[in-house]
Amino acid sequence: MSALSLLPARRPVPGVFVALGLTLAIGWLVVLVDGGHLFNQSTTVSLLHVAAGLGLVAVGQTLVILGGSLDLSVAYVISLSTLVAAETMNGSDGGLLPAIGLALAVSAGVGLLNGLLVTKLRVNAFIATLGVGLLLKGYLDSGYDGPAGTTSPTLVQTLGYQRVGPVPVSFLLLVAVTGAAWFALSRTRFGHHLVAVGGDPEVARLSGVRNDRVLVTAHVLCSLCAGLAGIYLASRLGSGAPRVGTEGLYDLESIAAVVIGGTALAGGRGGVVGTVGGVLLLASIDAIFNQLEVDAFFKQVIRGAIIIAAVAVYARRAMRKAA
Amino acid sequence: MQTVQPRFLPLRVPRLRPGGVLPILAILAVLLVLVGIRQPDFLAPSSLMSFLGRSAPIILLAAGQYFVIVSGEFDLSVGSLVTAQVVVAARLIDGDPARTWPVVLLLLAFGAVVGLINGLITTRLRVPSFITTLGMFLILVGAVYLWSDGAPKGGLSEEFRRFGRRAVEDVPVLGRVPYALLVLLVLAVLAVLLMRSDFGRTLVAVGDNPRTAALSGVRVWRARTIAFVLSGLAAAVAAILLGGYSGVSFQAGAGLEFGAITAVVLGGVALGGGRGSVVGAMLGALTLELLFALMNFYGVSGALRSTVQGAIILLAVAVSATRSSSR
Repeated sequence: MSALSLLPARRPVPGVFVALGLTLAIGWLVVLVDGGHLFNQSTTVSLLHVAAGLGLVAVGQTLVILGGSLDLSVAYVISLSTLVAAETMNGSDGGLLPAIGLALAVSAGVGLLNGLLVTKLRVNAFIATLGVGLLLKGYLDSGYDGPAGTTSPTLVQTLGYQRVGPVPVSFLLLVAVTGAAWFALSRTRFGHHLVAVGGDPEVARLSGVRNDRVLVTAHVLCSLCAGLAGIYLASRLGSGAPRVGTEGLYDLESIAAVVIGGTALAGGRGGVVGTVGGVLLLASIDAIFNQLEVDAFFKQVIRGAIIIAAVAVYARRAMRKAA
Repeated sequence: MQTVQPRFLPLRVPRLRPGGVLPILAILAVLLVLVGIRQPDFLAPSSLMSFLGRSAPIILLAAGQYFVIVSGEFDLSVGSLVTAQVVVAARLIDGDPARTWPVVLLLLAFGAVVGLINGLITTRLRVPSFITTLGMFLILVGAVYLWSDGAPKGGLSEEFRRFGRRAVEDVPVLGRVPYALLVLLVLAVLAVLLMRSDFGRTLVAVGDNPRTAALSGVRVWRARTIAFVLSGLAAAVAAILLGGYSGVSFQAGAGLEFGAITAVVLGGVALGGGRGSVVGAMLGALTLELLFALMNFYGVSGALRSTVQGAIILLAVAVSATRSSSR
């Protein structure tokens, strides 16, 4: 604690990175005792792949949560985006750019709808995005029974599987998106306005912020991130998958990652860097358990406990600070 | 600069109390008429009774969820709790009728304990309930799969299933009255009485403004924790009825948490707490079930149901939100 207080008070190290370091250290030891190795090429690569998929969604989710909103439709946007991308590409490289464009445009459209429902019609974000999610679910369930379309081979080879050393291209994409989001949040007017709206919408409005426009933008960006995650998943799977988003629990896990990363669920406080830490933490736990060949169901139990515990630690700290 | 425009007084019937049950009653009436046009048989007493019996679990879950939501929190764990309860019941009873009652008691205790844990973590450790109950959801689903090695084991006794599928036969006028409906009626009356009691008023006050409530001497954490326990108990009863009606599966409770929250919001209860009635929440659940029945009668394919559901929820909530914001 005393070492931390020597650091500049403005930006303390997000606690999640301490937790991440501890988890990796302990995990490395335990795996070593078990006779394995945590940081070999294949585990690191698969860890970063898992982190890339969840991370893209979670960075977008951070934006809406910072603004005091929430997006429960991301899982369906991901599935939709894999299908739009894979079906437009239809296995040829020629359709690559139009397919990516179309998938992102469709995602942005969903985000726009979410944003307008939340701001113009004043529907609670939980219900609005849940409702939009149900709309998409109906479309996906009635239109598709299983995988459809084929991802272009170039995309599979690059975004899907290519890597620089142990770092997959997809993780670099996550780093780039996170960097852009960090810049937008800390260096642009949009970012400051978004945090202001999340902190206190009424004060923000009275200070001349156009709340509605800011929140709609955040929702569009969030859906774009989910769409990007969908394109990435399509490149991994080689086709569009109508249930990949829901089966991966991307909606709830992305929110969990955001909160573990230190962003307040009520909005107005937090950032994308912490979120990436949260994502890496969840992905590391996954990787460690995979190495130890822990039962998948047991893994889920531990995951649930860790999410609660992590947030409880934050809440304690916040309480102590307030005291 | 924005200038203040003189507002024209809107021509409108006297304003409805926000959170009142009239809007949901209107929706319910419209749906009933639509069902009546398509399928007049549905309105016959006996089929109406079985419909109410079938809807009992989700109505109870909505009531449980109402307590939590009106106090300003969420409970996302109820669906997984129902699944866990059903699977646990099947394994413990294992077809032995003698174990029925002990297991019923155990399930109620189990529900209460899960609610208590949710409540204490949320209130004492200050974890947002969204995260607490999401974590509980993951834990319960994982634990129940783990415990049963991936496939439900054992079976429910006929005595246990009685609550969900049997009925009091040969009732004059009504025909048959399902046990589930009787359970629902008793618990609904209890819920209404509870909300009229001191505790009920305290709970609404806590949801409306926890700080004011605390300053007025209310132990906020205790009220909220009790709300979570009530939600857990409601899930236990719902699980007993659902297990009886549709049997044991890992899908028994899937998605019920969102169904219950939707129902509560449809019933005019504000997310964030402090507004709405438990009757509204239960009527919301009934409306949702009637909507599903209606879609069946009109031959909407199963897959499209969620689209229709989503559209109607958005419409209903948007209409009520724009009404209440134009105060």
